[in-house]
Amino acid sequence: MKAKEAFLPDIIAFCCAQSAYQAADTAGSMRIPYPENIRVIRVPCAGRVDVLHILRAFEKGADGVLVLGCHEEACRHLSGNIRAKNRVQKLNTLLQEVGIDGERVEIFTLAPNQGFRFARIANEINERIKELGPSPVK
Amino acid sequence: MIVAERKPLEDIKEMIAGYKKILIVGCGTCVTICWAGGEKEVAVLSSQLRLASKKNGNELEILEDTIERQCEKELVEALKDKVQQVEAVLSMGCGAGVQTIAEIFPDTPVYPALNTKFVGMPEGEGIWVETCRACGDCFLDKTGGICPIVRCAKGLLNGPCGGTNSGKCEVDPEKDCAWTLIYRRLEQQGRLDTMRKYYPPRNFQAVIRPGKVETLQA
Amino acid sequence: MATAFKETLNSGKFVVTGEIGPPKGTNLEKTILHIDLLKDKVDALNVTDNQSSVMRFPSLGTALLIKERGGEPILQMTCRDRNRMALEADLLFAYTRGIRNVLCLTGDSITVGDHKEAKAVFDLDSAQLLHMVRILESGKDLGENELDGAVKFCAGAIVTPEANPIEPQLIKFEKKVQAGAEFFQTQAIYDLDNFKKFMEYVRGLDKNIKILAGIVLLASARMAKYMNESVPGVFVPQALIDEMATAEKGKGVQKGIEIASRLIKQLKEEAICDGVHVMAIGREEVVPDILAASGL
Repeated sequence: MKAKEAFLPDIIAFCCAQSAYQAADTAGSMRIPYPENIRVIRVPCAGRVDVLHILRAFEKGADGVLVLGCHEEACRHLSGNIRAKNRVQKLNTLLQEVGIDGERVEIFTLAPNQGFRFARIANEINERIKELGPSPVK
Repeated sequence: MIVAERKPLEDIKEMIAGYKKILIVGCGTCVTICWAGGEKEVAVLSSQLRLASKKNGNELEILEDTIERQCEKELVEALKDKVQQVEAVLSMGCGAGVQTIAEIFPDTPVYPALNTKFVGMPEGEGIWVETCRACGDCFLDKTGGICPIVRCAKGLLNGPCGGTNSGKCEVDPEKDCAWTLIYRRLEQQGRLDTMRKYYPPRNFQAVIRPGKVETLQA
Repeated sequence: MATAFKETLNSGKFVVTGEIGPPKGTNLEKTILHIDLLKDKVDALNVTDNQSSVMRFPSLGTALLIKERGGEPILQMTCRDRNRMALEADLLFAYTRGIRNVLCLTGDSITVGDHKEAKAVFDLDSAQLLHMVRILESGKDLGENELDGAVKFCAGAIVTPEANPIEPQLIKFEKKVQAGAEFFQTQAIYDLDNFKKFMEYVRGLDKNIKILAGIVLLASARMAKYMNESVPGVFVPQALIDEMATAEKGKGVQKGIEIASRLIKQLKEEAICDGVHVMAIGREEVVPDILAASGL
């Protein structure tokens, strides 16, 4: 019990510069609390995130990964968010093969002004990863 | 192009069980195109194998390299330095590539990470289909460019059979009946006489296996 | 001794053939019962060859059994399980044992049967098999070698008059005719208007080809529907499906016999074709009833 409470997941959040990163910013400036152990990495588009980035994140000890991009139809690069969705789907298979729970990675969409949504997603994932425990390959 | 598919990770893990340092080699030609064994796939497999090893508490160091074509002796020889550093090689090339590497480096175990499936082409994004059986006795002139050896479940030269069902094959309702396709194509080209001709039994020994071709360049 | 099938075909009478499906094993009790039941009531008996790609007692063996018991067998040969050499050899043997009739088929795919991982042969197709019979008759084999003692067969094939699309099927039909097929047994027929059109085309092609219409006994409305929807080239008119549905519970087969005999009567009275091939798979015992009801 104690060990679980002490476990602070290492979560990487790839945030699209056009939406999620700004939402994270909004959350910050509005003082909406979200877990400090979520590490935000800004990418020009969710579609820039490669399966290798996520696999390597797990190699380096991540417990969970978030990919956050624009809502469907709203991608500035037209289909980057769709590609990201397909990649996360493919990634699930790659992770299952290695014995890593697919629940550790998820993709969400949001708009630049959705500070509350960003915080809610971050909290939700944080709780989920706490439940799942540390990554089996740490 | 040759179309291949990566083996299940469990099978690959079993092959390299016990090794602590391996080289994974990709191929820049066919298997890159069908997303099975190119540079990217080498990187992904390496990452997965490292994760899997870590999970089981084993150590595994992986060198990676992708050469233009694994079925070429000179290109494979260039891997010498890396091969000398490892205990085993995992090839992400087709069967021809695996065997070329194995022949150039007979002291090092070489393992196939892929299952080579067929000669084919892309039908859509991420979908490759078999189109050529490399039978050595091409029949395409008689069928308007549709191969009955590959696409007819029974490989008939005088099709269709009695099981053809509304243009679909009796074997699989999703599969087109090749001979119905051939009929439509030849009808379109005004060449039905070609289909009306009787074709004698096929020469199944057109290529004596393992096949060999020897020529002089023009 | 039974009359040679070829003679019967050319005699001008309305020909009737039946079918024996060999057992899955060596227990030939039922097979012998069926042979004895039917051998004198029909002009010849087909023996199926691993039908539907289900492994069974061989057709050649069963054909011998029919011969032994005084019947006239039609040896069915498919190209699925044997290469050209095995097919040639089987025909040499069959000839020496008095088997004179062969039905040349391509064969169902392996995948529909019960040995789904077996290697499918298909060295030849049905047209090539027919040609092969004639080549053997000329005293040579497919390797162009001289034979010491030749063969002679009455060879036939099958045709699906309701295939959709019909044109490729007719091209194949014509190839079989050119390859020397003397008679054809058709896939199950239920619509005589369509069949008449097919027969017009056949008579226009060659008056000497003998066509035996396939009559498959219906046992229930569900079977009628299934045949209509799932069996390639079989069309069961809605009227017949409805008629089957009017049968009382447990009386489906009687209804089926009524319909079959009606079809046979019409085919005979109107001289639509040269005969019928009656198939009552799994219900061979009622074939005599069908024939009796048809006035044959």
